[in-house]
Amino acid sequence: MRMSRNSPGWLNLMYVPVLLLFALFIYYPFIQGIRVSFTNWDGFNVNYSWVGLDNYVRMLHDKNIGTVIRNTLIYGVGSTFFQNVIGLMYALLLNQSIRTRGLTRTIIYLPAIVSPLIMGYIWYFFFQFRGGALNDIVLLFADKPINLLANPHANVWIIMAVNTFQFVGVAMIIFLAGLQSISKDYYEASSIDGAGPISKFFNVTLPLLAPSITINIVLNLIGGLKLFDVIIALTKGGPGYASQSLSTLMYKTYFGAQDAGYAAALGNLMFFMIAIISVAALLFLRRKEIQS
Amino acid sequence: MKTNKGIAYTVSIIITLLHILPFYLLLTTSLKPVTDLSSKWRLPTKIDFSNFTNAWEGANLGRAFINNFVITAFSLLLVILLGSCAAYPLSRFQTKLNKGVYTLIIATLIVPPLTILVPLYQFYIDINGMNTYWGVILLHVTFSLPMAVFLYSGFIGTIPRELDEASMIDGLSRFRLFFTIILPLLKPITATVLIMTGISVWNDYQFSVFFLQKVDMRTITVALASFFGPNTNKISWVAAGSLLAALPATLLYLFMQRWFISGLASGAVKG
Repeated sequence: MRMSRNSPGWLNLMYVPVLLLFALFIYYPFIQGIRVSFTNWDGFNVNYSWVGLDNYVRMLHDKNIGTVIRNTLIYGVGSTFFQNVIGLMYALLLNQSIRTRGLTRTIIYLPAIVSPLIMGYIWYFFFQFRGGALNDIVLLFADKPINLLANPHANVWIIMAVNTFQFVGVAMIIFLAGLQSISKDYYEASSIDGAGPISKFFNVTLPLLAPSITINIVLNLIGGLKLFDVIIALTKGGPGYASQSLSTLMYKTYFGAQDAGYAAALGNLMFFMIAIISVAALLFLRRKEIQS
Repeated sequence: MKTNKGIAYTVSIIITLLHILPFYLLLTTSLKPVTDLSSKWRLPTKIDFSNFTNAWEGANLGRAFINNFVITAFSLLLVILLGSCAAYPLSRFQTKLNKGVYTLIIATLIVPPLTILVPLYQFYIDINGMNTYWGVILLHVTFSLPMAVFLYSGFIGTIPRELDEASMIDGLSRFRLFFTIILPLLKPITATVLIMTGISVWNDYQFSVFFLQKVDMRTITVALASFFGPNTNKISWVAAGSLLAALPATLLYLFMQRWFISGLASGAVKG
């Protein structure tokens, strides 16, 4: 009797299917990927040879890798920053008792429901050179249309902004959930202590939102660093390498250039970048949570 | 205090308009004939649904919709079943082993499918998983499970343990307890998992474009992308197809949003 009360019995094994799926479709390919990255395999031929660290050395000498890593970071860290700051402002605004809040929340969240590829197309209609919605306005004031998607200084930021626009609603919803779980007692207590709205925000709201902030930052980082669909829809990574991220570069290297070994090495670089950045963020944020 | 409300209303209206803007452009584009080169800001002079029929036939969207429905339905079923079953012992019995397993499952969240694309693609050729429903379904299930387990175990943590004990004193086995008492209580978080997974599977492009290349197996996003070449002048078709593609997921969300938000609040934030 005591046994069955304190142990889950065979239900405890119910996570085994999950682990099996992970082993088969994630861990095994991951290890294979490390192996492939030490070869000169083209992705098709049965014959290939070991080249040791050649692919990684080649990566160090790749003159475009700096741009690509910088872009990946802009997509990841940039979107994370804006999604959290704007998402928090939206949540604070729409946590007030105004009558339009339900509708506004739904509309802000709506883009998150649309496929990122399609969201990319929609913004393509906006930014496109010929017949784009933006240029209809530009032509009222200037005599030449602007081609922002082909502009290497602008398109990276446009892609980052489109990703932010699409998922700011998710951040907002998680912040709203966090805000609603804060007890009113804390605000009343701080009112008695004579705290103003700004001091309440920094001493009550922000510390108690810590779990929401952690979830948002980690999810947004992972989402932004692996960004793919939006880039394909808006610029295909071009012109040249201007808006390429590690994900689109890897895709191009594998399917375009049939260079599987190098593509696998790029995939590994991408994995370690995402792992290091998100684990570092998580550990840092968890420490803050405990202190608050 | 009154002026604050006024500002809040004004700002919220401005934000609403700003966020509607892309959908407005999508709508006007989709309703204008391909030959209509007037500004996208302008509403069409006469409503023209030909883009919808053209997109439906030209991209074989009917077939793509069936593919999407099959893939999404089976992925959801498996994610909900495997996710909730795995989360129960992980949340209730925090032995050393279970804590380790939990960490392993959550840590898997940081492996995006794209980082292992090359080996995964080769693995799929080896196991004949290319261009099959089961192949792409298992990928969706695998990569959706970390989040599902995270949400389910957070939520189960908020269900009092006394409930388990009371029902076991009444003579229920763990098995019966889970399926008759716990599982029905998981409805709100199941709604959240359903929406999050359903939307990401329905909208997927990455997996579909790599693993479903046969024309008959195309999903909606792949079918639309095949329209959208650099030389295409069928932007109105793409817009119409995009609207159709977004419809089912939008309806699902609007219908279930109340549960979605309360589930997120208890599963992700409190748990």
